[in-house]
Amino acid sequence: MHFTTVGHSVAKYDGLSLATGRALFTNDYPIANVHHLKFLYSPHAHARITSINADAALALEGVIAVCHTFNTPQILHTTAGQGFPEPSPYDTTMFNPTVRFVGDKVAAVLAKNPQTAETALQKIKVEYEILPALFDYEKAGAPGAPQLHPEPGKGYPAGMPYRPDENLCAEVNIDVGKFEQGLAESDFAFDETFHTSYASHAMLEPHAVLTYLDQYNRLIVISTTQVPFHARRICARVLQIPEKRIRVIKPRLGGGFGCKQEVFLEYYAGWMTLQTGLPVKILLSRAEVLRATRYRHPVRLRLQCGVKADGTLHSIWLDALMNNGAYGSHALTVLSNIGSKVLPLINKAPYQRFTGRMVYTNLPIGGAYRGYGATQGYFALNQLLDIIATQLPMDVIELFRKNVIQLGETSPIFERLGEGKEGVRQNIESSSLLECITRGAQEIGWYSKRGKKLRHGTKVRGVGMACMMQGSGIPRVDMGAAYMKMNDDGSFNLHVGATDLGTGSDTVLAQIAAETLGVTLDDIIVYSSDTDFTPFDTGAYASSTTYISGGAVKKCAEEIKNQILSVAAEISRQPEKNLHLAGKAVHWAQGHLDFRSICQYALYTHNQFQIQASSSHISPVSPPPFAAHFVEIEVDTATGVVQVIKYVSVTDCGTPINPRLTEGQIEGAIVNGISWTLIEELRFDARGAQLNTDFGRYKIFSAADIPEIKTILLPTYDPTGPYGAKSVSEIAMNGPAPAIANAIFDAIGIRFRDLPITAEKVFQALQQQ
Amino acid sequence: MQIELTLNGVFQRLDIHPGETLLETLRSQGLTGVKLGCGHGDCGSCVVLWNGQPVNACQVLTAAVAGDSVTTIEGLSDLTKPHVIQTELVKAGAVQCGFCTPGIVLSAYALLQNKPHPTADEIKTALDGHLCRCTGYVKIIEGIQNAAQLIQDGKV
Repeated sequence: MHFTTVGHSVAKYDGLSLATGRALFTNDYPIANVHHLKFLYSPHAHARITSINADAALALEGVIAVCHTFNTPQILHTTAGQGFPEPSPYDTTMFNPTVRFVGDKVAAVLAKNPQTAETALQKIKVEYEILPALFDYEKAGAPGAPQLHPEPGKGYPAGMPYRPDENLCAEVNIDVGKFEQGLAESDFAFDETFHTSYASHAMLEPHAVLTYLDQYNRLIVISTTQVPFHARRICARVLQIPEKRIRVIKPRLGGGFGCKQEVFLEYYAGWMTLQTGLPVKILLSRAEVLRATRYRHPVRLRLQCGVKADGTLHSIWLDALMNNGAYGSHALTVLSNIGSKVLPLINKAPYQRFTGRMVYTNLPIGGAYRGYGATQGYFALNQLLDIIATQLPMDVIELFRKNVIQLGETSPIFERLGEGKEGVRQNIESSSLLECITRGAQEIGWYSKRGKKLRHGTKVRGVGMACMMQGSGIPRVDMGAAYMKMNDDGSFNLHVGATDLGTGSDTVLAQIAAETLGVTLDDIIVYSSDTDFTPFDTGAYASSTTYISGGAVKKCAEEIKNQILSVAAEISRQPEKNLHLAGKAVHWAQGHLDFRSICQYALYTHNQFQIQASSSHISPVSPPPFAAHFVEIEVDTATGVVQVIKYVSVTDCGTPINPRLTEGQIEGAIVNGISWTLIEELRFDARGAQLNTDFGRYKIFSAADIPEIKTILLPTYDPTGPYGAKSVSEIAMNGPAPAIANAIFDAIGIRFRDLPITAEKVFQALQQQ
Repeated sequence: MQIELTLNGVFQRLDIHPGETLLETLRSQGLTGVKLGCGHGDCGSCVVLWNGQPVNACQVLTAAVAGDSVTTIEGLSDLTKPHVIQTELVKAGAVQCGFCTPGIVLSAYALLQNKPHPTADEIKTALDGHLCRCTGYVKIIEGIQNAAQLIQDGKV
């Protein structure tokens, strides 16, 4: 396919604005007389609030208001920024009368300046009745375990399984064939258990919200949100005002990775603004981001598998027990994704079972995080294949080739399991996964390094691999919409509800519009994520924006194109079939009309109208992107330090609309993944209080830590995506943990089934070896 | 208290509190390109140049810069005349969310002032005080290398 804008690495739309520091983030908006809101957090993991006395705080000069559970409405909702009705339990209120983790919100102070608000927090007197706490999620369902949510009325708005007496906030059970029968028919049986840990998104911009009343008494909410339309809806519910009174604006966003797909700040600021009439700002500190926002759900994964002598996986059972912490945000969907985004990769097994439970504990709240369950699932699956290959024995590359899903094939899981409900039947219409595997093996030098345990002094090397897929939006659920109009000079406004959180989606969507209209990016003026001025979009999650919102933009631009052709036909008196668009003009055999003259004719001359269109898009399918990752690592057997030497990823994301930005998505996810695998983990003391609440103690990789990284794209053309595109933003997160664990095994023969694989763990394991 | 300093090339007198950080002072002057990412000097989002040297503005008391020169991202360039480091970072695809970018631009600028031909390892060391969660750093390093090459070739 030949494209003029799509497939080209055009400069990011907001790139220079960001690089020169001119782009405004939420905290950068100058709002006169803004007041500051600060939270008082629970020091207890589980306690009932018996009284709150804020008199001393309110007596301080500059303190405007204090709100808490006894003076705010108790409206049950979920903070998960998902479509309606949300597939997450309604189990929280603005201020819960029971606090359920160290960091749960107890009260909020509004004051003239942040310092006064902080001082006032210390003067609020709270009395608690301490309750027994539950920290071990593997014991959440045990008899006698403390119950976190016994209050009546909690549960899913759409009635999914919810059993608070077992601390169970989500459950999924899917059977394809009878696992036990498949196991009996197999030649080898495997049973492996893995654990993954809590992790922070650690996006550089902390959460922030600004609220104020405009001249019509409407509530304006400027927010660091990935989901402006869901934020408006959830705020309307909690604040008990109609959506029409609320306008949510997402300015530039300093990263999110899922942590900002959560509506847990906007309504506090909104409440204070509605109560006082004052502009309110919330700006979280890094410590608050690290202990009181959202995190990757920890999970225990058990994989049982029957394998034929030739290496065919015949029967597989994936069982997941997940920890959602204090509240059930994204409980059902992250749980479902462990099965739905992982099992279809190895579609050959006629017998497949997925069982999963999500439970509450008195620890921080799980939420959406790049990879969304699939990341945890692939940590287990890719190690299982490595274990099988070692035992058979068989080259693990051949084992993957034999078992992975291929072009034209399907998986029963696609239909049986979606996100929190049934999925959709689909066949793979684009895949270069087998080529990805071949190319990656070449690039890492697989056959000269695998099993060689190359040693230099105390250091020994190993290589490992992993294969993965993701989805492209949620089929029949995610919806994006776009609006376009044409201007005098032949430029176009493109308004999208889609939410660019730093990924470059504004740019990619503009490229799709420009390609369709035969103009360059200079002629597309993008405005996004404003509930008053852009059409609806579900938001930036589920790897949906390029595929779903991009589909809406393409349709919209095509409609604009038709209108342009029709006006050009009227002016030129040529039949429309003789006309075509190129280079910002309409051409026919004998002549051409530039866009300016066409637009001016439509606006000013005859049969006047505004060339404009709007379109919506949903998809009946969710074509998976595929990738193969290869890594070479070096273990220092004297210290246990694992160093990644080289990381190779080969990715099929359909058509990369902007290859540079595509590579950036992959590289960012890989470094995030390596960092998570080796060093990242939230740590807690015996009372459940988080210990590492700054970047000094919650370390993430810096430039000095990164290995050689080789990013290869092997494009395909998916017939259902805009210009053949599939998604790319999440998939690469699924590779580093299993690839590194497999490479460590290759180097030193020790299998690490729990994350993170710290130097301490490796050192201790080497001592025991 | 009152201090005098040269801020983005302009001599200024500012009224400040003794305990005020340079980050607070600069942002209150409308210089919002100085970003608050952690407040502990761990992330580099608030890096500015103090007499030409990169520092975390959140870790410097404004009183300490009296009589000195401070340059923020706003003082380096503007949208109509961006610095080659900025254009090359954008070209390389090194700007994703862009929250860390102003600080990184200033550290790269200071590096190239002192070392016009840095190796990849020298760039990594110069960026060690900066965290970026979006890019994986690969394209940041590439963009800075490309900018250094263009300067070296006299093409800017």
